[in-house]
Amino acid sequence: MSIHATPEYLEALRKSAPMLRVEGLRKSYSTPQGAIPVLCGVDFTLAAGASLALTGESGSGKSTLLHLVGALDDADAGEIFLDGVALTLLSERARAALRREKIGVVFQQFNLIPSLTVAENLGFQARLAGRYDAAWQDELAHRLGLAALAARYPEELSGGQQQRVAIGRALAVRPSLLLADEPTGNLDEATGDNVLALALDLVATTGCAFLMATHSQRLAARLQRRVRLDGGVLAAQ
Amino acid sequence: MTLLAGLAIATALWSGVQALNAQARNSYDAATAAISGGGGRMLLAARGGLFEQDLFVKLRRAGVEVSPVLEGASRIGDKNIRIVGVEPVSLPRRSPIAHMRKRADILDDFLTGEGRAFASPQTLRRLDLAEGAQPQTERGRRLPPLTALAEAPPGAIVVDIGVAQRLLDRPGKLSRLILADDAALDEARLKRVAGDALRLVAADDDSELARLTDSFHLNLTAFGFLAFLVGLFIVHAAYGLAFEQRLPTLRTLRALGVAAPNLVAAMACEIAAFTFVAGGAGLIGGYAIAQALLPNVARSLESLYGAQISESLTLDARWGLSGLVMAGAGAVLAAASGFAKTMRLPPLSVARPIAWRAAHHRYLRRQAAFATIALVAAICAYDFGKGLASGFAVIGFSLLAAALFLPVALAGFLALSENLAHRPLARWFFADGRQEISGLSLALMALLVALAANIGVGGMVEGFRQTFTRWLDARLVAEVYFEAATPADARDIEAWARGQPDISAILPVWRAKTRIDGWPIEIVGMTAHETYSAHFPLIEATPDVWTALHAQDAVLVSEQLARRLGVGLGSALDIPTSRRDWRARVVGIFPDYGNPKGQLRVDHEELKRYFDDASGVHYGLRVSPDATARFIDNMQRRFDGAIARILDQSELKSMSTEIFERTFAVTAALNTLTLIVSGVALFASLLTLSDMRQARIAPVWALGATRRELAALEMIRVVAFAAGAAILATPLGLFMTWCLVAIVNVAAFGWRLPFQMFPTQWLMVFLIALCAAILAALIPVARLARAAPTELLKVFSNER
Ligand SMILES: Nc1ncnc2c1ncn2[C@@H]1O[C@H](COP(=O)(O)OP(=O)(O)OP(=O)(O)O)[C@@H](O)[C@H]1O
Ligand SMILES: [Mg+2]
Repeated sequence: MSIHATPEYLEALRKSAPMLRVEGLRKSYSTPQGAIPVLCGVDFTLAAGASLALTGESGSGKSTLLHLVGALDDADAGEIFLDGVALTLLSERARAALRREKIGVVFQQFNLIPSLTVAENLGFQARLAGRYDAAWQDELAHRLGLAALAARYPEELSGGQQQRVAIGRALAVRPSLLLADEPTGNLDEATGDNVLALALDLVATTGCAFLMATHSQRLAARLQRRVRLDGGVLAAQ
Repeated sequence: MTLLAGLAIATALWSGVQALNAQARNSYDAATAAISGGGGRMLLAARGGLFEQDLFVKLRRAGVEVSPVLEGASRIGDKNIRIVGVEPVSLPRRSPIAHMRKRADILDDFLTGEGRAFASPQTLRRLDLAEGAQPQTERGRRLPPLTALAEAPPGAIVVDIGVAQRLLDRPGKLSRLILADDAALDEARLKRVAGDALRLVAADDDSELARLTDSFHLNLTAFGFLAFLVGLFIVHAAYGLAFEQRLPTLRTLRALGVAAPNLVAAMACEIAAFTFVAGGAGLIGGYAIAQALLPNVARSLESLYGAQISESLTLDARWGLSGLVMAGAGAVLAAASGFAKTMRLPPLSVARPIAWRAAHHRYLRRQAAFATIALVAAICAYDFGKGLASGFAVIGFSLLAAALFLPVALAGFLALSENLAHRPLARWFFADGRQEISGLSLALMALLVALAANIGVGGMVEGFRQTFTRWLDARLVAEVYFEAATPADARDIEAWARGQPDISAILPVWRAKTRIDGWPIEIVGMTAHETYSAHFPLIEATPDVWTALHAQDAVLVSEQLARRLGVGLGSALDIPTSRRDWRARVVGIFPDYGNPKGQLRVDHEELKRYFDDASGVHYGLRVSPDATARFIDNMQRRFDGAIARILDQSELKSMSTEIFERTFAVTAALNTLTLIVSGVALFASLLTLSDMRQARIAPVWALGATRRELAALEMIRVVAFAAGAAILATPLGLFMTWCLVAIVNVAAFGWRLPFQMFPTQWLMVFLIALCAAILAALIPVARLARAAPTELLKVFSNER
């Protein structure tokens, strides 16, 4: 069963508390040469159904921010509220549960599981979260043009196809928050545009919050809002 | 690091075993060479045993330069020694102890007065005696004052020939004559002077010990080689992994225009350096292993074969060189595939993600193909013959076949399980496990081989232990065994014993020696008594065996002798006796485990009639069991000096059992070492793989599994793999037991044991495998479980 959100429904979502709220986030990496500050107080909010493009130079900390928001890494200071829950208060187990149930991540390198087929990859997180929905997965596969590839293994796919599997996997779980780290980095312009269009369409259909890191101003322009990461803080664009 | 360790361990095990063998062989050679000086020729009694001193006198009169020697076994306290009687004046110059001639003071003492007894300092230490001491032998004869002489052979005491004849109670007898280098003597001349009483042999032919102990050393070598193979698995695995890790660098270098042969040359230099470092470390380790095992080997060789092994390791350059060569060969073998891949590496290769599935299937097909080849080789080796070498070849090839087949079997099992699993993590677990097989396969193969060897050898030893114990019970029925100091003493004791109410039977167990086809053979007399007819274990016998034995010209032949001579029930056997050949019919074949010499059992009266030099001092007594202790006491008090040794049944049994245990202690030690090595291999592989595993696990972790769950799955996987190896190892081990029992033992020792199974032992090995796997996986898995998120996240940012 799929949800085809009505405008009223989306409006109601936007009015409610933001899906993601980030306050005073700081992060530095410790290296033998000393600590490298990457994020120096990042604040922003993102409502359900909204989309935000994160731009910035290479090495500015985009991936770092996405990892923190995705409950994959710990911040040094500051707080992230996901659907009203403060991430720092969660145990490892609870964070894992949060990741599988609420967050969909599209990694720059796809990170498909090479030992599983396309179909298994698509359904993996959803099954893990215990909300596998065959009809929804079929629909996703269809719309991503993956239906004919279901029995193949990632290594037998082209880069663009793998990218689409990665996006499908993130959406199959119906996440509250979709994170994408340069999701079109490895694609040619046309394919990249197509994939993004699909992602945006699906985001609109499922009503999740969408945060995408990208180098491309052109792609960033297609999202509702844009922010730029510079010197460890966000600047509106 | 792993590479070095693996190579060092492999070399250590191999060279350790080689050191033991070399040490033992050197000692045998030293024992013969110390008197005769090695090489040259000598004269032995044509019919085996001893010969009359007259023959020596005759030869000297005829102008043949010969030097007489009398050798015999004796004991001081509870230590076995060899008494060697020589005549220093006529010893050929090449003899190492001949130089004492130059020292007039020693020579005088040696020949006159009470004489001198020479022993090497090591022998003195072993006997716990100081120079000048005059210990008594078991026959109650006092030795001349002991003097240290470095050249004396290990375990021997050198005395004047006359003294030896007295000490050994062999007046007027000699055991061999050493010919001077330039002595002009050929068969024809020998015949003219000495008739057919003596035969001429080259000294090197006669290293009886070398001949008897051959199979023992072959066994050791085989196990050393097995351990080396297991070590080689590690080296191969380590090199393969190291190569995979540096493949990108190699690609870049190729792209930058470095020619493939240059790369290979550089890698070869590196391997050579490794060989020296690891080989050197391995030699040191081998030395340590040999040093640790030597006392055991020495004692088991002594108790089994009466061979004295010097217990201070002296090794030559050849040994070191052979160790290095093995290390080098191992390294090259392990690196060969890497070299080949480098040569084939295209100068411009696109960094494509590794197509693991295609590679995996290729890999499985290759494993299956090689496994089939190994299996065919095993079958060929089995068909080829029943020799020792083919026995080991069958074992080797079937181990190899099973090892190669292991990854295929595991992959099949995982594929099946994947299809049956429903939970996503379970499916991933099985699917991913298949991917991990190729990385772990060499370590798993090593584990399989080690486990199978443990089950195989363990089963053989345990089967042997049980058979041996049962056999010993049947064989040692008399309650008391004694050895009189001299035949005259024996007759006194016998006469006394006849009047004792506690004694129900006096069983003389006289012994004589002969040779058939060059093999030393012991002939033991038996009287007609229920002790034998009701208990003595026989493998095959004619229905009237006991009556025939005492009433006709009949013998019982030990199993190994029957096999060696190719005789069966009813065959006629020509036995060289003191005078003529005695033709006797084989009426029974008996098991004679652990005896390297052939044995014949004949009627006591016949023994007395045919063998002048029958020992006449060994007896068994049937005493009512509750009177045994009192009786022995009584006898000892009464015949103090006349009894060389007296033992009750249980003492004799425990002595025999101890010899048995010691023989297998070395095998057990090597087995354990092999198992430890394979555990180390598993550990090393897991450690090397753990970076790769992190990359595999990171996506699953990111999608919402906890590190602890994933670490637990890792552990379960390794344990499951080890369990798989253990399960496959069980039938393989059984097959190995069968090969050992039915082919190797028969060829090496001449006896065949019943094939038995020991499920508790399998369970033990299974548990050991699981423990080894858990231990090996502990650190890598703990690393995973505690990996910082940052570590795992690196996977997503790094190009893979
Ligand atoms: N594990 C780490 N240890 C040390 N420093 C790190 C680590 N990960 C990232 N950094 C540093 O943190 C900074 C931000 O890295 P990050 O990957 O977030 O940048 P980015 O904006 O995603 O860059 P790009 O656009 O190239 O992907 C960089 O300077 C990087 O060198
Ligand atoms: Mg980045």
